[in-house]
Order: sequence, then C-alpha cells, then structure tokens
Amino acid sequence: MGWMRNHRKSGDESQSINTNALGIGIATGAYALSFGAISVASGLSVLQTQSLSLFMFTGASQFAFVGVIGAGGGAVIAVATALLLGARNSLYALSLGPVLMPKKKEVPYTALLTIDESTAMALRYNASKKVSRRAFFATGLSVYVFWNIGTALGSLGASALSDPGVLGLDAAIPAGFLALLWPRLTSGSSSENRKMWTVAVASAALAMMLIPFLRPGLPVLFSALVAVAASLLWSKASTPAEEN
Amino acid sequence: MWASILIASLGTYVEKLLGYLLPQRILERESVRRMTGLLPVSLLAALVAIQTFASDQAFLINARVLGLGVAVVALLLRAPFLVVILVAAASTALVRWLGWMP
Repeated sequence: MGWMRNHRKSGDESQSINTNALGIGIATGAYALSFGAISVASGLSVLQTQSLSLFMFTGASQFAFVGVIGAGGGAVIAVATALLLGARNSLYALSLGPVLMPKKKEVPYTALLTIDESTAMALRYNASKKVSRRAFFATGLSVYVFWNIGTALGSLGASALSDPGVLGLDAAIPAGFLALLWPRLTSGSSSENRKMWTVAVASAALAMMLIPFLRPGLPVLFSALVAVAASLLWSKASTPAEEN
Repeated sequence: MWASILIASLGTYVEKLLGYLLPQRILERESVRRMTGLLPVSLLAALVAIQTFASDQAFLINARVLGLGVAVVALLLRAPFLVVILVAAASTALVRWLGWMP
C-alpha cells in the first residue's frame, strides 16, 4: 500500500507518524475492551458487538447505541442517537476531502476509516498530501485493527461473567462517555471551553429533567436541542474554529 | 436487533461517505460547523447524566455515582481512557462488595 512505502524522503516524520499511529491504536484498542464488555452487558451478542466495531467503527456512536439498548430505550432511539453522534464524521470527511484527495475507488475505505483519531492525525501532519495520507491511513488502520481486537477480547471476556454489575460495568458506561466528552471540554481556548461546559451542563440538566416523562433514550435525543439552540445563538458571535 | 445494527452501521457509514461527496462550500457555513461540533458535547453530557442517574424512568442514586466521581478525579489527573474506566468500575464494584452502596 502506497503510504507505507515512501519512507526515504522524510524518515523522521514517517517514523513519528508510525509511532503515533501505533500508540493511538493501542490506546483505543484498550478502550475497545470496555466497549466489548459493556455491549455484551447491555444484551448484545458477541457477534452483534463485533459487527458494530467492524462496520459502524465510530466509538461514541457504538457506545451510545449499546447504552440506549441496555437502558431499555429500544432500537429506533438507539439508531437515532448513534446517527446524531456520527454526524460529526461528515464534517471530518468534508475537511479531509481537499487534504487527502481520495480517488473515486479509494472513497469507500477512506470513508470507513474517517474517525476522530485519523482526522486529527491527517490534519496535524499537513506538510503535503502524501504525508497527510500516510498519517490518515496509518492511524485509521492501526485503530481499526486494535479496536476490533479489543472489542473481541472484551466481549468474550464479559460473556464469561454471570453478573456484570459485580464488576461495576454499569459505572464504566457513564465513565466511558465522560472520557469521550472530556477532551471536548478542556482542549479549546478558555472561552471556547466555557461554551462547551455551558452546553454540556445544560444538556445534562435537560436530560435529567426529562427522565420521568419520556421513555429511556429519548431524554438524550432531546438534549441535542441544546446544541442546536447554542449554535444558533453563537453562530454570529464566535470566531471561526480552525481545524488545525 | 440485527436490523437496527445494520441500519445504524449503514447510516453512520453514509454520514462519513457524504462528507467526501458533498460540495466543499457547506464547510463555509459557520452554523453547520458549529452545530456538528456541539452535538457530541450535548449528547455525551446527556448520556453521562442518564447512565449515571436513571433507571428506566426513575432517578436512582447508587454506586455508579461514586464511580463517576472517581472517573472525574482520574480525568483531572490526566489518566488515559482505559484507566478512567477501570477505576470507575473497580471503585463501584468495591463499594458494592463492601455493602456500602447498592
């Protein structure tokens, strides 16, 4: 595959790309252990769990999907929540298009590998199209492989347990969502972070208030209204968010 | 279950695909960028709250709350993802085992 071959020109850079890609892959693979375990604890089979990692391949949506199913929210709400969370991948792909310039036949697998980690790496190593592509595919493939291995080990491990509650797996679910949320609250400028915290707290509060009135899963969907309202409110006042 | 897995997987894949097929000028619309940036924050924050405090359609405070608190501390200490989840699960399991919280 092309991006693996062009090592000579910028040896240091490709070395650092490979090291980072591997590190990111191992870290997300470890995280996938908990996804596998949580998914099985939520009532999905090992095969269903693996299908999500193979074909959906976007962590937050996968966690949300099994979370809603586990809470008894039903299939429709689970699908809707996963899709809403996955909407950001469209934005990633839009920004990656001119950077990676995939040929038509490359688009199907480029799309599959378009996730938080591969996007961040492609936009970080932006010296040339070649370097960006190498960073994107090295990271995307590394995460894909480790994410699926981790999922398999986690789901097989958890399916051997009789009661996942004993291991505190029900607490691992919100902790996992919080770990996904955390970088979005802490990695921007201080004014940006303050806005993110406002949206997060308002969304959490709205969802909690709706718990008694709506069936499980729906309060989370309704919380998306906070994001919509905030983006309309702030769309004029804000500085454009640069993607690098 | 299989049908919803198929639809959700297909849907999230189409979302990724769309970004490569749609015209670039959509990116220039600030409101679109802002909304797709804020949606995960809203949904993830709501998921944290619901998965911690809800049991079906009722509030329930149990050992999960303690696990979440431990997760916050771990995140403040810049612990990696897996450590955050492990300490949350382990602390929850521990207080249950000790019989302090359900």
